[in-house]
Amino acid sequence: MDTNVLFIFILSIFIGFEVISKVPSMLHTPLMSGTNAIHGIILFGGILVLADAATPLARILGFVAVIFGSANVFGGFMVTDRMLQMFKKKKK
Amino acid sequence: MSSTIALIIIGVAVLFIIGIKLLGSPKTARLGNLVAAAGMLVALLTLHKPAGEYVWSQGWLLNYTLIAIGTLIGLVIGAIGAYSVKMTAMPQMVALFNGVGGGAAALVASLEFFKRAHGLEGLTPFFAVMMLFATLIGSLSFSGSAIAYLKLEGKFERPMTFPGQNIFNGLILLVILGLCGYLTINSSASQATTAFGVMFLLALFFGIAMVMPIGGADMPVVISLLNSFTGLAVAADGFTINNLSMIVAGTLVGSSGTLLTLLMCKAMNRPVTNVLFGAFGSGGGGGKAGASDLGGKTVKPIQADEAALLLGYAQQVVIVPGYGMAVAQAQHQVRELSDELGKRGVEVRFAIHPVAGRMPGHMNVLLAEANVPYDQLCEMEAINPTMDRVDVCLVIGANDVVNPAAREDKSSPIYGMPIIEADRAKTVIVMKRSMAAGFAGIENLLFYKDNTRMLFGDAKASLQTLITQLKAS
Repeated sequence: MDTNVLFIFILSIFIGFEVISKVPSMLHTPLMSGTNAIHGIILFGGILVLADAATPLARILGFVAVIFGSANVFGGFMVTDRMLQMFKKKKK
Repeated sequence: MSSTIALIIIGVAVLFIIGIKLLGSPKTARLGNLVAAAGMLVALLTLHKPAGEYVWSQGWLLNYTLIAIGTLIGLVIGAIGAYSVKMTAMPQMVALFNGVGGGAAALVASLEFFKRAHGLEGLTPFFAVMMLFATLIGSLSFSGSAIAYLKLEGKFERPMTFPGQNIFNGLILLVILGLCGYLTINSSASQATTAFGVMFLLALFFGIAMVMPIGGADMPVVISLLNSFTGLAVAADGFTINNLSMIVAGTLVGSSGTLLTLLMCKAMNRPVTNVLFGAFGSGGGGGKAGASDLGGKTVKPIQADEAALLLGYAQQVVIVPGYGMAVAQAQHQVRELSDELGKRGVEVRFAIHPVAGRMPGHMNVLLAEANVPYDQLCEMEAINPTMDRVDVCLVIGANDVVNPAAREDKSSPIYGMPIIEADRAKTVIVMKRSMAAGFAGIENLLFYKDNTRMLFGDAKASLQTLITQLKAS
């Protein structure tokens, strides 16, 4: 395996810890929801395996993976946005 | 990989990092989400196969047609889910989206496993471990999220426990790991398919067994943990199919999600092991000890008209909302009451406990939906030092988060949890449907204090009466 990839992996771990070290508790839910949307990138995985699927079973499972991943990524960002819409300051 | 694609991937990674960073502050949170979403869109539209072919220009071959249709179906399902869900049910929606993500990660890993195991390139132990890890974590995240969803929907929200449960679960995990070990070495053996299937099913079952014993009140922590699990599964998938953006995004979610889980536990002053293996509230010992202190004290009920008088002639009122308010959908009445009091010159503030409701931030979202100004919402640390000067503290459907047992009763299971010190206000009015215990399953000493009055009934109806009374006087 390419050691560069491992290097990127390790750095990502530290960045992940670093970026959310100080977050007020009222933002925990939106933050969870937002990161939930980001792991929706699994849609790419679904697309790439379905692209190379050679058997009917692989096609069906890949198709399901694409639907799941797509629901995760699109729904995730939308539901987070809807949550955060509520956080605007009231104009007096 | 061409250098243009490499540059795009770097840009996308930066957008994800900035997005998560901005999500951490109330002012920039919405922008942060949009930044991350923009990064995702760019990455999706420029998606290339590892060999370099551009995914979206392959014409209408069967597989690519399926990709387009599947993506569109997921988009529609996601949009309907995200925009039709009620504000009170947001946590469930997050659980569902996390679950399908985990499911997708498990499917991707499984497909890749069998393709490689029977393919010409063969399967090195490193990749086998990555794929098995993604399958295991992804499928347990899928089933665990489903249970978390059901628990938040109010189905079997009490912990389900039996003697030796942790040992039982440990044994299942051992069998799963054993099968993974076997599959790593014998990925192309004839029994591999069966072993893989059994492993997959056991992992699904393990997800259920892991979440069942945890009470509904702890679901936020569970979902956060499963969220970081899914992130790690996605990263492992990224390694196996050689997609750098997946590795970066999955790892970011995995590590930030782990930290977030720990932060949530810290807000409840409980170690994460206690949440996952403690079966909170099932041991009756703590509850009984709390009750014995009551020494035959009784609660003092109050009628709505008297409560309205108390509130109307107060100078400072603090409202403590809890899950009961969310259940009764009473946030609009709460805002109306606070407006009505404001008109009479009463200073109204809201005290938000970090874990009030079913998710951290749940109350903020609900009150914001009802247009309660953001600056009226105070965090627990800000409100507690001022509690002595408060005339009336109105507790609406909150229970454990205002229980003085956390401060006074060393034997209580919630001892040490930071609480909103409602009992220090001159008068406390508790709106509650009945005398049932809160999620922790323990008596609330607050209800029996001399300065506490109980206003029984549905929160929405009681609030409506209060508002009418206030308007009339």
